[in-house]
Order: sequence, then structure tokens, then C-alpha cells
Amino acid sequence: MIGKMGKSLAAAALLSFASTGAMAQDSIKMGALATLEGAFTVLGEDGMRGVKLALEEFGYMAGGKKIELITGSSDASPDSAIRATRKLVEQDGVQVLVGPLSGSEGLAVKDYAKTQPNVTFLNGSSAAQDTTLRSPADNFFRFSTEGAQWMAGLGEYVYNEKGYRSVAVLAEDYSFPYTQVFGFLEPFCRLGGKAPVEARFWVPIGNKDYSSVIAALPDDVDAIYVALGGADAVNFLTQYEQAGGGLPLIGGSITVDQTVLGSKGRTRDFVIGTPSAGPVSDTWDDPRWANFVAAYKKQFPDGFPSPSLFAHSYYINTKAALLALNEVGGDLSDGGKKYREALSGLEFDTPTGKVHLDERRQAVADIFLTEVIEGPDGNLVNKTIKVIPQVNQTLGVSYDKFLEYGQVGRENPPCS
Amino acid sequence: MANRGFFSGSGTWTDIHPAKIVVAVFLLAYPTFTSDFFTYQIGAYSLILGMVALSLMMLAGYGGMVSLAQLTVAGFAGYLVAIFGDNSVGVMGLGWPWWITIPVAILGAATFSALIGAISVRTEGIYTIMITLAIAVAFFYFVRQNYVLFNGFTGYAGVEPPTLFGVYWRNPVPFYYLTLALAAFFFGMVLYGSRANFGLSLQAIRDNPRRMHALGYDVTLHRIAAYFLAGIIAGTAGVLLVWFNGRISPGSVGVDVAIDILVIAVVGGMRHPIGPFLGAIGFVLLENFAIDLIDRERFNTVIGLAFLLVVLFSPDGILGIWSKMRNRVTLNLNARRRGVRAERDDGQTAPSFEQ
Amino acid sequence: MRNFIERHTFWAIVIFLTAAIFLWMIFAVWPDWLVSAIGRKKTFVNTLFNGVTLGGLYFLVASGFTLVFGLMRNVNLAHGSMYLLGAYIGYEVAEASGSWFFGLLVAFLAIAVSGILLQVLIFRRMEGDDLRQTLVTIGISIIAADLMLAIWTGTTYQFQPPEWLFGAADLPIISTVKSSGDAVYIKYPIYRLAVLAAAVAVGVALWLFLNRTRVGMMIRAGVNDRQMLAAAGVNVQLVFALVFAIGAGLAGFAGVVGGTALSIAPGEDVRYLLASLIVVIVGGLGSVTGAAIGALLVGLAEQFGLAYFPTYGVVLTFLIMVVVLAVRPQGIMGGR
Repeated sequence: MIGKMGKSLAAAALLSFASTGAMAQDSIKMGALATLEGAFTVLGEDGMRGVKLALEEFGYMAGGKKIELITGSSDASPDSAIRATRKLVEQDGVQVLVGPLSGSEGLAVKDYAKTQPNVTFLNGSSAAQDTTLRSPADNFFRFSTEGAQWMAGLGEYVYNEKGYRSVAVLAEDYSFPYTQVFGFLEPFCRLGGKAPVEARFWVPIGNKDYSSVIAALPDDVDAIYVALGGADAVNFLTQYEQAGGGLPLIGGSITVDQTVLGSKGRTRDFVIGTPSAGPVSDTWDDPRWANFVAAYKKQFPDGFPSPSLFAHSYYINTKAALLALNEVGGDLSDGGKKYREALSGLEFDTPTGKVHLDERRQAVADIFLTEVIEGPDGNLVNKTIKVIPQVNQTLGVSYDKFLEYGQVGRENPPCS
Repeated sequence: MANRGFFSGSGTWTDIHPAKIVVAVFLLAYPTFTSDFFTYQIGAYSLILGMVALSLMMLAGYGGMVSLAQLTVAGFAGYLVAIFGDNSVGVMGLGWPWWITIPVAILGAATFSALIGAISVRTEGIYTIMITLAIAVAFFYFVRQNYVLFNGFTGYAGVEPPTLFGVYWRNPVPFYYLTLALAAFFFGMVLYGSRANFGLSLQAIRDNPRRMHALGYDVTLHRIAAYFLAGIIAGTAGVLLVWFNGRISPGSVGVDVAIDILVIAVVGGMRHPIGPFLGAIGFVLLENFAIDLIDRERFNTVIGLAFLLVVLFSPDGILGIWSKMRNRVTLNLNARRRGVRAERDDGQTAPSFEQ
Repeated sequence: MRNFIERHTFWAIVIFLTAAIFLWMIFAVWPDWLVSAIGRKKTFVNTLFNGVTLGGLYFLVASGFTLVFGLMRNVNLAHGSMYLLGAYIGYEVAEASGSWFFGLLVAFLAIAVSGILLQVLIFRRMEGDDLRQTLVTIGISIIAADLMLAIWTGTTYQFQPPEWLFGAADLPIISTVKSSGDAVYIKYPIYRLAVLAAAVAVGVALWLFLNRTRVGMMIRAGVNDRQMLAAAGVNVQLVFALVFAIGAGLAGFAGVVGGTALSIAPGEDVRYLLASLIVVIVGGLGSVTGAAIGALLVGLAEQFGLAYFPTYGVVLTFLIMVVVLAVRPQGIMGGR
């Protein structure tokens, strides 16, 4: 213990006396921040894979200069994200930072970004709405879409094609599900659908016991909108089946992904026909996506079977950072002003379609509407029904009118 | 240690051990030779964590009550600052001036701490850990679920210290000196208090509550008062913490951070108020630079191992190791001077937390 | 029981009345005013059963905890880690061997052995220093949690219980009466009933063990006065090791049982540790009956909180703990 502490102290002493301002003339320091500790480590690692995939594609060079990657780690809490960011920016001297992973961390990093106007911050995969919707930072760029955008097209689809008129809601009680529910209900309610506040069940985070909630679900709705994360979704489906539930489901972006559909054991036949929407679709047959998946599998044979939306998000944001560096010839000497202008005007092709930014530096990109079907080998997969093109953050409504909705929460939109 | 104590009123400043002067000069001159990052995230943050651990050490070392809720108290003070002062989230933020907000936050936290004490002191010592752990978790859940007062999962952002005398107190150097001043103040207070009436009777209550009760001391009241004082220290640390981060959210008062405070206090040493600060410095250095030296992923294992080793082999933490080494060196030196082999006849008993 | 009724007549009447009301609410068809007041009968009955079965699970976990404290005054804060480790080991063994019961058995034995090792190698040296023992358990739990995270990562694991345990059963309790006059019965998962049955079985077995065997007698004597037990010539260390083995083994057993019901992931260790803490604080440290009562109360509070006040339901259990501490600090069945 003393030995390790002694080494830390010695290293710290050395580092503290080293000048952090000087940088080599022909390399640029890029920081990448993800959750590499705690329960979300697996997701953070996939995010890092996205970063490295993009860097590899550019050969670790951009604008004629070498890119030096420095990693930072957080444990999904905003405080640790700020500390890791501060270390990357103030101690390690990065000029471009890609990250963080989770929504609440993103809000915190955005606030920090405002105190460091000469450093450019790009998103990792954080998908909270307010990061760019309300008081955005001039140097925070998000080339990935956020939680409400991910639900684009779903509300209209279930109202028009499926004919649902009233839904119950089951989701976890924190900001990301609030955003997803908002993105789903806003168009659904605008068309005339109903989702009474009493039929919205917000379960505490980490709750795995849905039996009481299932018993409290109303019988007189047409469907249940479930916005639970992969493993909780598996739990819910198991318990729902056990309790003999029969209502059709509507899935959030991470509710009917491959981890849920591919989980062993019970046949999940009653999940067939569940629609969902999100930024990626595993079965999209476009060559851009196929190339991306192939490159991911080639570079990371021990990664996931298919890149997760975290790898996807981090990849897009890193690629944007590198493309803009190319555009300004690697010149960050003016505190990055030209660089940020280049980023604001960037438009490029991603594995999931074109992306460009709106006036608050939020991505406008394509969203995928999917439905669960039985695949050729009898297993369950998500079929891409439709690609909703170029969804913006205000979901087609004007910015001022959109702000009138207020912040996402348990009862937004009221919709009764 | 000099025979005449620092506060005995009869010492002169030449009596002060030279090491203490060196440390004081180092701390005062620290920002002049380090970068902003080191001043702020290493220096000030260690002092803040050290203060929270100091409040724990005060209760545990002198009072025999290991309270895992000290971070909760600090977090509560931080929340009060965000609620009554200004914040950028648009919830609460009553906008009261700083000279009302800060005392209200600190006193509120101290009252909360006294309440926690009232709940936990009527049971045996060992229950205190369990009860305070449960209270810490309950507080965490409550602030995560409640949006009206605590803004739930998102928490508060944009909490800033005021600009006084033309100085923006969140700049690294002023903030460091502010933290240093407060930490030194509480350090001195705890050191003084431990030898004053209140501290001595508290330690006596720790050792034998029944006897103290028989002597006429109100044991429960004494303990609750100790919680109140510890709450003042933790509350001040909480105000500084919310200024340091500029935000506060349920993650700031989670169980894992509360256990970290316990680790800091135990590893640093609970016999002397300098212990928590030593533990805090080590912890912060490890947290920041582990990613450069070893794998950051196993950070918790390293912390847990350090904690376990200290508890198993040196319950007085770093201080214990230091004093044991120093004793051995002195013993050997004296023996050599006298030309005999050093023999330990001090009847070393197994180290224990009860003094 | 007669003793109890004679001495605490008021409370006996209260308990009797509450039980009667609950029984009526379960078996009778609800009138409309009741349905509009507190919701459907299905919700109420399901929540009630969920609370009782969850209480059964909590009892399984907490009984080991309270045994270890009662005899050895050791607050084992690594109890939650034992639960989780038992669940992971049980999962691996069940996957490898294909038999859920075998996984259950191995989990029980493996954690029991780990309990003996902990007691003999570490806690024996710290006899008498309760605080130090507790801190050691905290250290162990930190390291164990991180190592388990390293080995099994953050993924959630699902058990495969045997087929006959899966599915829902029709209970002879009427949920509503349809307009045609047919009764709709309440369905309930068989597995949760099995958990309750297991908890009751373990509780009875423990009671028999403690009250009808020689070793149990020694344990009860040791809870009252450890020194006298040693003076009477009993090998106290052996008894300690045995109790720790049982306590830890129960945690591992509960890990597999609970993990099958609710899946396993990092964080479950803290959750069940906290649940055990509250159960034994409410029920009284050292008392197995107290653990049963506490577990029932906590399970019911949690489920009713989740169903009827989901926003603050989680805080309800802690509120109960605070109230118990304020009114009766030693717990409902606590000794001193």
C-alpha cells in the first residue's frame, strides 16, 4: 500500500512540475471519456471501441497532425465525470474531448465546457434533451441524436397503422425514460391518442420486481409502452408472461434490442409485432451500415456481436472531430475558433445516414422505425419498417413552441 | 511531543515542532508552485474530503460512534445552498443572499446530523454503523425521487460562490485558501476540543457510558451534541463541496462515496485529526492518477485492499504505521546509545479501535 | 401465545382485528365503494402475496445475518456479497451441469465453506473487537463486489428454474365477478409460492434446530452469555464456525432462490444487505422470530409502496425502520 501510494506520490510530483501547457507542434491531444468503472463498464468499453474505430479509419492522423488519444474514466455519476474531464483538460491538456456516455454526465460536462472556451467538446453518447435544447454551450457539439429524437415516427405509427388510441406507460423513474416517453407521446397525443397520468407507472431505478406493477396495470388500454433497459426488460417480460398478461407492447429504444430478443429460455412469441424506434437498426440492409459492422467486427473480434448504439455514437462524434480537423488543417492555434466553425457547418455520411447540426449544435439525423419479427432461423429480430429522415430536436415543431412543453418529467405531456 | 501542549497557554512559538512549521509553510505556499489543476482538484478537494472524514473521525475516534451518514449531512448542506441560493436548473433557487444561505445550510446540516444522532444513540455502538448506513441510503433514495425540493435524478447545477472583495471565490487559488483556512480552523477546533471538557467527557463516554451515567453526565445529550458539532464540520464541507463541483445530485451522496469517506478516515488514522487529511490526500491522488499508472477499472479493489490491510494490521491507519516506525527507530537509537539491544517491554497488546 | 395475549391484550386485539380485515379483503368479493377507494382487488391481492413472498425471501437472507450477530456479535456487512456470490456460483454450476437444484446445493455449500474460512482465519483473531470485525467485513465486501464485477461484468444473469416451477397457478381467490356471473380467479406465479414455501420450511427447520437440538441449545446459551458457555466446557470456536457456516450458507442459498425470481446483477449485494439490515433492526438483532416478523413487514411495505405510492415507496421501508428505532430501539423481538 505504501509502495503504491509512494509511486502515486512520485508520479504526481513529477507530473505537477511538468508543464502542461506546452504541446508538441505536430500532434493534437484528443481526450475520450467513457464509463470505464462500475456496472456500466461494458458499455463504456464499447464506446471506446467506437472512438478507436474512427481513429483507425483516419490512421490516427487528422489535418496533417498525429492524434494522441488520452482516456478518461467515470462511474456514470456527474461528479466523477466532471473530475475526469477536468483532469483531461487541465492536467493532460487535451484540446478536443469526446464524451461522456450517460445523459446526466452530459449535462454536467456541458456546464464545465462553458468554463473552458478554448477547448472543443463533442458528445460521446449522452442523450439528455437539455444538453443542447436549453442553454447550450458554444463549444459543445452533439453529432448523435438524443432520447426524444429516437422515438420519432413511433407515435404516428402506432396511432395510424396499429390503431391504438390509449396506452399505459411503464418506465424507470429518471430523466432518460422521461425523454423517451415524451418523444413517443408528443406526436401520439397530438394525433388524439390518450395516455392518462394514472396509467403511467414510474418504477424506481434498479427495481427488478415488476409483479406488483403488472398487477396494477389497467385492462382497458390498447397497449403498454415499455421503456426499460435491456436486462430489466427481460425481467419484465418474464414476469409479465408469468402473470398471464396479454396486452400488446410498444418498445423504447433499448427495450427490444438484441440482448432481450436473444436471451435464453422462454420463447417470447408474444413479443412478436412489438414496434420500436431508435438511432440504429441491426438489420438495416444499407451498405454503409454493413461496412461499419464489418469494420467493427474486424478490428474488435472480442467485442459485441454487433456494434451497440454507444459504439455508434462515439464513432460518429469522433469522426466529426477528425473531419473538421482535416478541414482546418489541424490548426487550433486561435483557441479552436475556426475549428468550431468548421464543426458547426459539417455535414457527412454516417453508417446510419447523413447528419448535420442545427443552430444549437444538435444533430439532425435519420431514425429507424422497427418491428419484432420471427427471423429465418426461428429466432427473433428487429425488422426495419421505415427510415424517418432527418429528424431534428424539436420534432418538426418550431423551437419556441417546443420550449412551451416544458422540461421532460413524469407528467409531460399531460395527454389525458 | 512536547510536554507543554500547543493550547496549554504556556508555550512559546519556538516550542512548535519544526516539522509542523514546514508543513504549514508548504500548505500556504502550495499554489505558488503547482498548476491550477493541482491546486483545485488535488489540493482543495483533498481538504474538503478530509473535512468530511474529520467529522467522521471525531465521532468515531473520540465518541466511539462510527457514522456513515456524515457525507449525507454534507450533501444536505450542499442541497440547501442550491435550494436557498441560486442555481441554473430553474427549480427552487430562492435567491437568498449568501450571508443567509450559508449559515442556514450549515445549521440545517448540523440539525439534521443531530437528528440522525438522536435516532442512533439509544442503541449499542455497533448498531450505529447499520443505522447510519440505512439513513444514508434512505436520503439518497429520497432526493432521487423528489423533484419539488431536490430536483430528483438531475439534481442542481450552476451553484456558485459569491464574488466578494472583488475576488471570485471559485477561482482555484482563492478557493484553495478558503478551504485551507476552514480546514485548519476545524482541525484546530477538534484538536483543542479533544482536550477540553467536552472532548474528554465524550471520550470517557466512549470508554464507559455506564460509569459516566452514574457520575451524572447525560450520556445521550452528550452524544447528540457531538453529532451536532460533527454536523457543523460536515455541513461546511458540504457547502464547499457544492461550490467545488458547481452542482449536486443524488450521485454525490451515494453509498459508495459514503464508504469512501469511511475508508479515508480509517486508512488515515482515527487517533489524531491529521489522519483524515492524510487519508484524503492519498485517496485523491490515487483516484486521479491510477488511470495513468495502473488499470483504473480495479480502483475499488485497490481501495478495498488498502482498507482491509489497514484494519487487519494497523488499525490506526497511516498514523499508526508512522508512529510504530518512529517508535521503533527511537527505540533502536536509544538502545544503540546505551549500547544494549532494544527490547520492547511496553507489553504490546493487539491494536484495537477502543483506546 | 396465550401468554402474549394475556400480557399484551391491547396489541393482541389489534393484531386479531387487522388479520380479520385482511382475510375478509382477500376472500370476499369487493363492493364498488372499496374498488373506487383503493383500486382493484387484483392489485391488492397480488401486492399482498408479493409482499408476503418477498418477505419470505428477505427472511431467508436475514436469518443468517441475525444468527451471526446474535451469537458472535459480528455485524457481517459482507452478507450481501455472500448473497451475490452464491447467486453467481449457483448460476455457473447450474449452467454447467444443467440442474438448477445442483446449483442451489453447491451455492449453499460453497458460501458456507467461505463463511467457515472467514471465521477461522480472520474473525477469530479479533474476538471482542466488534467494531474492527465490522470494518473488516466492509473491506471484504468492497473487494468482493469489485472482483465479482471483474469476473461476471455488469451483465444481468437469468436463471433457468425447472419447468414445473415456472408459470402461473390459479388461486382459489375471486378477483372480480364478470357481468355474466362467472368468477375470475387470481393467477399467481408458482415460483413465488415456492419461495414462500422454502422460507417457511427454512424457518421451521431453524426453529427446530435452535430449540430442539443440543447444538441449538448451545447456540442459544451462547447468545445469552458467551463466557458461561465456554466455562461450561463447550468448544465455543466450533460452535461459532458452525453458526457462521449456516448463516453464510443461507445467504448463498437465498442468492440462488432470489436470483431466480429477480435475476442477478451488480448492486443486488447492496440491496439485500440493506434489506437484511432493516429487517433485523425492525425485528430485533439476534432473534430468528424477529427476523421473520421484520421480513414480513418490510416485504409488505416495499410491495405496497411500489404498487400504491411508487414515487416514495422506496423510502417507506426506511421510514418504518426510523419509527421502530424511535419507539423501541431494540427491535420488536429484541432482547435488551
